[in-house]
Amino acid sequence: MIDFLKDIGFSHDLAVLVAKSLGVFVVGGFGLLWTLLGIWLERKLAGRFQDRLGPNRVGPVGLVQSIADTVKIIIKEDIVPEGADRWVFNIAPVLSVMAVILIWAVIPFGPGLVGVDLSVGVGYIVAVGSLGAIAVVMAGWSSNNKFALLGAFRSVAQLISYEVPMVLALLVPVLLAGSMRLQVIIEQQYIMYLLAIPMTVFIFLTSSQAELGRGPFDLLEAESEIVAGFHIEYSGMKFGMFYVGEFLHAFTVGVLTSVFFLGGWRFFGLEDLIVILGLPVIGFLALIFKSLLAYIFLIWVRMTLPRLRIDQLLNLNWKFLVPLSLINLLVVAFVWKLIPDTDEIDSFGDAFWPSVALLVANIAMFVGMSVVLRERGRRERARIEALRGPVDDPGMGTNAVPAGTGD
Amino acid sequence: MVPLWMYLLVAAGLFSIGLYGVLSRRNAVAILMSIELMLNAVNINLVAFWRYNSPGDLNGQVFALFVFVVAAAEAAVGLALIITIYRRHKSVIVEDVDLLKW
Amino acid sequence: MDITAESVVFLILSALTLGSGLLVVTSRNLFHAALYLMLSLFGVAGLFALLTAPFLAFVQVTVYIGAIAILIIFAIMLTPQVTRTNARNTQWVGAVVVAVVFFAVMVSVLTPLMDDLGADDWSADFSEEDPDDVPGTSLADLGEQLVDPDYYMLPFEVASVLLMAALIGAALMVSPAIADDPETETGDDESGG
Repeated sequence: MIDFLKDIGFSHDLAVLVAKSLGVFVVGGFGLLWTLLGIWLERKLAGRFQDRLGPNRVGPVGLVQSIADTVKIIIKEDIVPEGADRWVFNIAPVLSVMAVILIWAVIPFGPGLVGVDLSVGVGYIVAVGSLGAIAVVMAGWSSNNKFALLGAFRSVAQLISYEVPMVLALLVPVLLAGSMRLQVIIEQQYIMYLLAIPMTVFIFLTSSQAELGRGPFDLLEAESEIVAGFHIEYSGMKFGMFYVGEFLHAFTVGVLTSVFFLGGWRFFGLEDLIVILGLPVIGFLALIFKSLLAYIFLIWVRMTLPRLRIDQLLNLNWKFLVPLSLINLLVVAFVWKLIPDTDEIDSFGDAFWPSVALLVANIAMFVGMSVVLRERGRRERARIEALRGPVDDPGMGTNAVPAGTGD
Repeated sequence: MVPLWMYLLVAAGLFSIGLYGVLSRRNAVAILMSIELMLNAVNINLVAFWRYNSPGDLNGQVFALFVFVVAAAEAAVGLALIITIYRRHKSVIVEDVDLLKW
Repeated sequence: MDITAESVVFLILSALTLGSGLLVVTSRNLFHAALYLMLSLFGVAGLFALLTAPFLAFVQVTVYIGAIAILIIFAIMLTPQVTRTNARNTQWVGAVVVAVVFFAVMVSVLTPLMDDLGADDWSADFSEEDPDDVPGTSLADLGEQLVDPDYYMLPFEVASVLLMAALIGAALMVSPAIADDPETETGDDESGG
């Protein structure tokens, strides 16, 4: 690309600048166009999970629905509420989309096919991800609406606390690959990390879902409690940007899952073809396929589980996920240190036995976790029974305790 | 690269701004923000000196990291104090909190 | 000094840092001040990246913008409208004088300006322009030295203890159980936790 530009008469610096800008444009544009298709996919799936059809009027199987919605949302009136903080109010939606698109800069789509291969790639993702919270706070505060402010309060509590287990989970693949460079993390996955460290994947997906603010963690926009949360006063395209930001973030979590745990652009030896045939598009397709799998799984969770209360949400984080992720990190680090030669893995064979060892450790952790949870559930049950007499249904799990009976 | 003194100048400017903020604001939260500015000025200095004088060692970076830790601890405790004071006095104006001033 | 891409970026970042820094201490609206603080800290992160310390840039964004600034905004939102002004106190003129004098002294010491004016031995010599390159293993070395007993392990552990103490202290201070303790009641405290 750069060579081509130089051939047609650009200077070196200018050629680099043009090539990079074009790269930014392509990656950003892809992300935004993908949204159109993805929203259709998500609504269709959500419909199926709820035993209805989903969009089916505009175009074949409703495919053009998103475009119709876009047109509608653009021509809607753009309202700024009275007493709103105009500047902050207008910048917030932009920031919310920006925080997500920026993540795509470091995603490797294939060998050598990456925006910037930062030496602190994982850190960059965490740092950029934390910008999303600011957009929510800005929107909530500037709307001059108490429901928006309440939504912002909740979201701050939620986003900040769930960042802790998410970062602790991300440290595990960093530890195994020995690098924060995303390319190295993918190259090291001769066996995809999902098979070696399922516990970490569980923690990552749970905390990411909370970071997204999607069900069962959609407290920041709980319709029945605070109407719509932080974006209650937004209309037209500004609301659309929040929507796109949220959707794109959800898909980005899928991409990150596939990069960190599913082997990114690797696909059961198919990645060798990339080099032989010189077709990086294979890696790209593999990545998107895996991302879709993770993403659809997240939609499944979102559509299936009921919403938590705010105290349950924070308890789940601080009393369960954070301790679990700390133990998880320590156990993985310990096992990894016990196995000899783990820092020079460069084939499937090298990776096999260490992965088995990690898997065994993970299963042991899972058993331990189940025992602890069972014990906790028993105690909670005893406490509630002491409070209000025996619970009727003997088959009822701890999760089925009616809301409002706890403290 | 730009000469070292330009980085130091930016740091000095940021520190002066922070200094002005600490001395002139009435709101405790604003004072805390000014202190954060001053800590950041210090960090710029640490990293700039590291980069220009001993890029082979890591002293400057490590010190900057410790400043981060101190800043985080300071912000957490400081804001907790402010909120506690607010609950007592219904005010976060530092001049109103003069119980220890006799 | 030649105009290179790097110096342009440096100027932009410095202007961003100092400009929004100034707005932090002058803006009347405390919430805006907090947002400007974020912008200023972001500029500092950019300066770190320019100084080839990408790890610090990432920590700066995560810790300062992602945590501390959000915490500050949270504190602002927890205290009602009356206290959201960012007014000056009575000694602000003195503060301006102190800050300007301090800055002037720093300028005279740091920059080659005084040498040009003919005062020998006044300004320190900070005119290095071409430092050695940072070794490529810098990031890995940083990680290892932080937990190496020969380097920074002790301060590292002390720092973690400090963070723990701050965490517990902060949580204890704002916990409703302590705030509502009738023994320590002084004024007309009506916060119900």
